[in-house]
Amino acid sequence: MSRPLIDINGLAKTFETIKAVAGVSFSVDKGEVLGFLGPNGAGKSTTMKMITGYLTPSAGSVFVSGYDVVHDPISAQGEMGYLAEGAPAYGDMTPLQFLNFVAAVRGLKGADKERAVAIAVDRTQLAQVLHQSIDTLSKGFKRRVGIAQAILHDPPVLIMDEPTDGLDPNQKFAVRRLITSMAKDKAIIISTHILEEVEAVCSRAIIIDRGAIVADGTPAELAARSRYQDAVTVEVSAKDAADARNALKALSGVSDMLDISLDGDMRGGGAVLTVFPKPGQRLIEKVSALVTQKGWEVRSLVAESGRMDEVFRACTTADAGNSEVNQ
Amino acid sequence: MNQVWIIFKRELASYFATPLAFVFIVVFLFATGIFTFYIGDFFRAGRADLQAFFVFHPWLYLFLIPAISMRLWAEERKSGTLEILLTLPIPIWAVVVGKFLAAWVFAGIALALTFPVWISVNVLGDPDNGVVIASYVGSFLLAGGYLAVGAALSSMTSNQVIAFVVTVVVCFLFMASGLPLVLDALSSWAPQFLINTVASFSFLSHFQSIQKGVIDLRDLAFFAALIGFWLFVNTILIEQRKAG
Repeated sequence: MSRPLIDINGLAKTFETIKAVAGVSFSVDKGEVLGFLGPNGAGKSTTMKMITGYLTPSAGSVFVSGYDVVHDPISAQGEMGYLAEGAPAYGDMTPLQFLNFVAAVRGLKGADKERAVAIAVDRTQLAQVLHQSIDTLSKGFKRRVGIAQAILHDPPVLIMDEPTDGLDPNQKFAVRRLITSMAKDKAIIISTHILEEVEAVCSRAIIIDRGAIVADGTPAELAARSRYQDAVTVEVSAKDAADARNALKALSGVSDMLDISLDGDMRGGGAVLTVFPKPGQRLIEKVSALVTQKGWEVRSLVAESGRMDEVFRACTTADAGNSEVNQ
Repeated sequence: MNQVWIIFKRELASYFATPLAFVFIVVFLFATGIFTFYIGDFFRAGRADLQAFFVFHPWLYLFLIPAISMRLWAEERKSGTLEILLTLPIPIWAVVVGKFLAAWVFAGIALALTFPVWISVNVLGDPDNGVVIASYVGSFLLAGGYLAVGAALSSMTSNQVIAFVVTVVVCFLFMASGLPLVLDALSSWAPQFLINTVASFSFLSHFQSIQKGVIDLRDLAFFAALIGFWLFVNTILIEQRKAG
C-alpha cells in the first residue's frame, strides 16, 4: 500500500491559549477533491497553513507525497500548489511578471517556464490582463492570478483556500470546471462556505468545528444525514387541507410533519405539508398513492433529498466565530 | 544561489515599479547636498577633499536607511504575500539574503548618484582619490550595516511605522556607542576593556577609520560580521513566526 498523497495525523495548533486546531487526522488520495467546510474560525485556514508549511504544527504530522512538511518543507512544498486566503499577490507586478517569478522560484526555466505560464494563463483565462499591474485588477481577476500561480507547476497536490470567493456566478462556474478537470490526477483540498460548491465539485467533504472534525463523508452521505432525506412535501388546496393533515400524519412510516398554512395567501389558502420518514422508510410511493386514492386537489408533490445546509447547521455551533484566530 | 538571484531581481525591480525609488533618490541627493554645502561648508573649507560630504553620512543614513528597510518584511506580512514566499520551495535564508542584497544595491545606486560631487572636487582641486574611493566603500558598508539591522527589525512587525522607529533607535545606539556622549558616561567607572568593547561596536568608529583612507581588514570584518549576524537574526525571526 502506498501512502496517500496527503496524509495528516493528529494535527494541532495552539496560539497562546487558543486552540485553533485540536487534533485533526485525515488523508486525501489522487483523484479526490476534498471539501473543507466549517464556520468562520473553525480552523480551516489554520489547517491549510500547516499543510503548506506556512505554520508549524504544535503537534501531529503532515506528509505530502511522502515528504514530511515539518522536517523537509522544501521537498513537500515543491509538490504543492497553494492558493492562500484572499489570494495575496505582489500588487506592483503584472500577472505575467508574477507568474514568471513564481515559476522561476519553482525552478522552471526557459521554454518549460514559458509553456507552464502559458498553460496556467490559458486555464484561468488571464490573457486580457497579463500586462496590467495586479493592484488595478478586479477581485475576480486577482483570485484567478492566485489560482494560476497555484497550478503553474502542475503539482500533484493542490490546496485552495476559498477558490471561488468573490467571483461572479460565471467565474465560479469556470473555476469549478477547472477544479473538476484537474481532479483526475491530483489530490485537491478546497475550503468553502458555499455548500452547493461541495456538491458540485467535491468527492468528499469534511466538516470542521472548533478545530475538530465533526463529519466526514461523500456529499451524498452527509446530505443523507439531513431529516429531509426521503421526505415528501405536498401542497394542497384549502378545501382538502384539514383532511390531508390528518391522513398524512397517520400514515405509517411518518415520524413528523411540518405544516405551513397558506391561509390568507394570494394563492387562495391551502397548506404546504412536509412529512419526514422514520429511519429507513421511503414515503413518496405511499404519499402519492394516498393522494390518488383521496382525490385531493394537489398543487405540487415533491420528493425531497437531503439538505447540506441543514446538516452543516446541525454539526456546527453558531458561536464558533467568536474564537476566530487571525494569524 | 540561483534562488537568491531570483528574489534579488524581483525585489530590486519592485523599488523601481513605484515612485518610491525616485522619491528616495531625490531626497537622498538633496539631503547630501544640503549637509555638504551648507552645514559642512564645503566651499569655505578650502580643501580639496570630500570630508564635508562623508562626515554626515552616518546621520543621514540613520533616517534614510530605515525608510528603505522598514518595508522589507513588514509590507509582505501586511499584504499576505509572505504566505506565498514561505510556501514556495525556497529556503528562508535565500529570501533573507536576496531581499537584503536588493536593498543594499538600491542604497548603493543612490550613493553612486552622488558622483557629481566627486567630479566637482576633481575639477576644483586635486583631491586624494584613493581616500575618496575608500570613503565610498566605507559609506556603502555603513549603509549595509544599517540595512541588516533594519531588515531584521522589519520582520518582527507588520507595521512599517513601528519598523521605522525601532530601527532608528537601534541604529542610533549602535552608532552612538562610539561617541563621547556614551563613552564619557562609561569612562569614570567602567574598566578600559569594557569601554573599548562598547566603542568597537560603533558603526561610527569603524566608518571613520575607513574614511581616513585606510581599508583595514578589522573594519571590513566588523561590517561583514555585523551584516551576517543581523541576517542570521532575521532568518531566525522569520522561522520563529511560523511557530505562531
